[in-house]
Amino acid sequence: MQRGGPCAAWGPEVIEGPLRLSERDRAFLGGELGQGAAMAMRILTTMAEVYGASELLDIEGAHIDGCLYHGESGLDFAERLVDGGAQVRVPTTLNVGAIDLVHPELYQGTEAQAGRSRRLMECYTEMGCQSIFSCAPYQSGARPPRGAQVAWAESNAIVFCNSVLGARTNRYGDFIDICAAVTGRAPAVGLHLDEPRLATLVADLRELPEALLRDDVAYPVLGYWLGSISGNRVPVLVGLPAETDEDRLKALGAAAASAGATALFHAVGVTPEAPTLPAALGGRAPEITLSCDLETFEAARRRLSTAKDGPIDVVALGSPHFSLAEFERLVPLVEENPPSDRVEFVVCTHRLALAALEEKGWLERLRDVGVKVIVDTCVVVAPMLRQREGVLMTNSGKFAHYTPGNLGMGVVYGSLEECVASAAHGETRRLPAHWAKS
Amino acid sequence: MRFTSRRVLVSGTACGPLLVFDEPLSLWGGYEPQSGEIIDRRHPLSGVEGAGKVWCMPHGRGSSSASSILLESVRAGTAPAALLLREEDGILSLGAAVAREIYGRTLPVLLLGADVHEQLCCLPRAEIEVR
Repeated sequence: MQRGGPCAAWGPEVIEGPLRLSERDRAFLGGELGQGAAMAMRILTTMAEVYGASELLDIEGAHIDGCLYHGESGLDFAERLVDGGAQVRVPTTLNVGAIDLVHPELYQGTEAQAGRSRRLMECYTEMGCQSIFSCAPYQSGARPPRGAQVAWAESNAIVFCNSVLGARTNRYGDFIDICAAVTGRAPAVGLHLDEPRLATLVADLRELPEALLRDDVAYPVLGYWLGSISGNRVPVLVGLPAETDEDRLKALGAAAASAGATALFHAVGVTPEAPTLPAALGGRAPEITLSCDLETFEAARRRLSTAKDGPIDVVALGSPHFSLAEFERLVPLVEENPPSDRVEFVVCTHRLALAALEEKGWLERLRDVGVKVIVDTCVVVAPMLRQREGVLMTNSGKFAHYTPGNLGMGVVYGSLEECVASAAHGETRRLPAHWAKS
Repeated sequence: MRFTSRRVLVSGTACGPLLVFDEPLSLWGGYEPQSGEIIDRRHPLSGVEGAGKVWCMPHGRGSSSASSILLESVRAGTAPAALLLREEDGILSLGAAVAREIYGRTLPVLLLGADVHEQLCCLPRAEIEVR
């Protein structure tokens, strides 16, 4: 495999090794479908070889994270694809960008930064991607059926896609996500295949009080615990209530993917590939069984906060993006108990929910009490907050995880009700933990 | 002395002084692409200049944004000359594969056997040529 000579010799002719390409894959490499598509296929085949794939498989959809501006090089990459005439070949949705295109006046960064962020988002829509700009694509129109092969990027979207929808994706990220969408192909390895989807770790929740599992506040905490114990293993949860709804699974998956490398979890009687425990394990014995008791749960909950209870400056909700069902709970709460002027109250969501909020008249009601609703982006990936220091309170495990590093602010985790009550008082308010042993 | 790689993850040629990492480095938050300095203050090589060197590392670490940082460093002219890894690393390989496409810069990524890796670690001042 070692080659001497000038590097300019790089090209399709060096594709060798165990990777078998189809006629059409070769047509891509030969530039028959355009230079942008040829570049995408070169990158994809290089990566297929890195992963030791023997072939590529067809995908029927993609979700792209590369539209979030990190630096000039990401823009150079996207512009090169656009200049080469690249177009996505499968239905493709976009994750968040670094600016709210619907409310650009809310952006707190420099004009130059705003311009580059906007241009990067445009590059991806020019390639035919749908401008949903959401980290909850599964609540914004993109719901591949069970068993569908797709290429999704963004850690929470990946885990929801695999676990809750039962569609199949590996952990894609910047660059390779769009290469898969433009070619309609992905390396046939990992979670695209049957075997690697089987659970090898059992995470037992049956020691936890039932009342706790009926409370939303439990799910980001359980996810955080699950992500931190799973490593590269696929876990299966035992003891999750059969009626666990999508927003709870969303919160659990997002926290698991923040705390660890989780790309797929099963939950017996809840998720599609786990009708029974033996089914989730593929009939094998688990390699590890771990149990979460109340003490373990409380330890995980404490890890979600870095600041002590006390004054707060910001309440941020909506990571992953807030759903309409979540707004339905929020609206009466904030109307009853409006945020204090000293607290910046922000909710991140997608355009589909925003349209519904407008139609129902809820947006006006939220604005009347000083709640800011932003779309297309979120507060930990883009300069959207007026406050740059102090303490941020959230009910999101993902915001709790990323706030200290990305924003340099302290963070306090609490339930939705606690967030609203705390915003009204400008300092944390705790509600009694009704599940705790008296 | 000649070494043989176990597998070429991303091909290319390069030459530069060897930089041995005993611990993996997360490029996201660990390498500053504008200055070419290792900025992870908990890393043993914190403060060391990484640009143009052949990095001999067990594997990458941390966020998938490492591929973006690697690409950004190629753009800024502060990229490593080559990466010699002991374990497969898709995220770093992806950064190198995209750099070749966008900036025409080859950044070979090679997988070494544990024995070769150990031998290299004893040659801290070596100039390494990757072909």
